[in-house]
Amino acid sequence: MAQAPELKLVPTPGQTIGPFYGYALPFAKDNELVNQAHPNSVRLHGVVYDGKGEAIPDALLEIWQADEAGNIVSEQGSLVRDGYTFTGWGRTAVDNVGHYTFTTVNPGATEEGKAPFIMLTVFARGLLNRLFTRIYLPEDTAALANDPLLASLTDAERKTLIATREADGSLRLDIHLQGKEETVFLSYPRES
Amino acid sequence: MSTNNKTLDPAATTASQEDISAEISSIHEVYRQQLLSGMKAETQPRVDFAPYRSSLLRHPTKNLHHADPETIELYSPAFGQRDVHALESDLTIQHNGEPIGERIVVSGRVLDGDGRPVAGQLVEVWQANAAGRYVHKRDQHPAPIDPNFTGVGRTITGANGEYSFTTIKPAPYPWKNHHNAWRPAHIHFSLFGTDFTQRMITQMYFPGDPLFALDPIYQSITDQDARDRLVATYDQSITSHEWATGYNWDIVLTGSNRTWMEEEEGEH
Ligand SMILES: [Fe+2]
Repeated sequence: MAQAPELKLVPTPGQTIGPFYGYALPFAKDNELVNQAHPNSVRLHGVVYDGKGEAIPDALLEIWQADEAGNIVSEQGSLVRDGYTFTGWGRTAVDNVGHYTFTTVNPGATEEGKAPFIMLTVFARGLLNRLFTRIYLPEDTAALANDPLLASLTDAERKTLIATREADGSLRLDIHLQGKEETVFLSYPRES
Repeated sequence: MSTNNKTLDPAATTASQEDISAEISSIHEVYRQQLLSGMKAETQPRVDFAPYRSSLLRHPTKNLHHADPETIELYSPAFGQRDVHALESDLTIQHNGEPIGERIVVSGRVLDGDGRPVAGQLVEVWQANAAGRYVHKRDQHPAPIDPNFTGVGRTITGANGEYSFTTIKPAPYPWKNHHNAWRPAHIHFSLFGTDFTQRMITQMYFPGDPLFALDPIYQSITDQDARDRLVATYDQSITSHEWATGYNWDIVLTGSNRTWMEEEEGEH
């Protein structure tokens, strides 16, 4: 890929979400990208851990993904869900034991042969700036093997980005902000 | 039930402000030396910043891994009038009476790193009231809750990236990072760009706050120019006669990757 052009303006710094977002950012059905009654609804869940392996009770996560066919949608209505419109975006505060749940669908490949993934953003008290990562679906092993990001990681690192499919069809991925199983967090071009 | 922040913060100590300030100074001094030796200026907070005790176990220890953005990462969710009512940008009219405190208007523009306005995107804010108290069950600060002030607002940016909130100036509030720790007055801001990689949450501060030097969250940004970017400017042109004082604050997101990558693809 060619060199990204220089920025003209310097980006504003981020700051921690702090402890008191709970009455401000969550909203009704924030974590329901589709209704649980949707025939292909999938539970995406896991636990957010700190560097001591303790669950973090005050993190907020957001996901952004393509629909089942791999289309990137541009639909309003995420904040006032009608139960029918797929907007591709969801938000959830973890519960008191650090557990998060989204109800969504498996994203399709956005291009033929590409490994489908869900984009995840992590905010937390104690975390001074947001973190980005990807949640890959585990099934298409050929596509996973060809994925440029995954190919640039060690086996242990790769594991932190690929969800596990549970017996009931749920996707499971734990997030480790620090420690032996530390999640691989991403930076992108043109951040500064 | 009261929440003991010491159990939430295993790393919290009974450090004094002097201890915390000394730690901040020594980190900043190392940074100044690095700047003098030609290192590029930092523009974002350090995620590993020990004076903010809660960061100790909550920051990645490995460098962020570079990713070339793909498909979904080059787009952002769409928000609009369906999501947000126009009145949600006025935090002073959400109840039956007028909230107590100094009525202010905070307005500015959301731009991307190329200086392009971010139009039609969601901006969310939340804040403490004029006594420094949040309407949040975990806020145990013994300052009054204002029945006429919740402290939550939303808006959708205009065609030039502009936003405007009418609110009450928040007060500083104490927290448990160290003994006698107080946060400078601030408004929390949540922002989206045209690419989801531009997503950010930050805090806007008020000019001249005497608590700036003492605050490990603000000082986690080691560079003075970068810290200044979080401070609004008093603006007489936003101030309105016998109604509210005005502040201006523009927000710059990171650069979009969609435009230049598409252009490059077009050249192939
Ligand atoms: Fe705050």
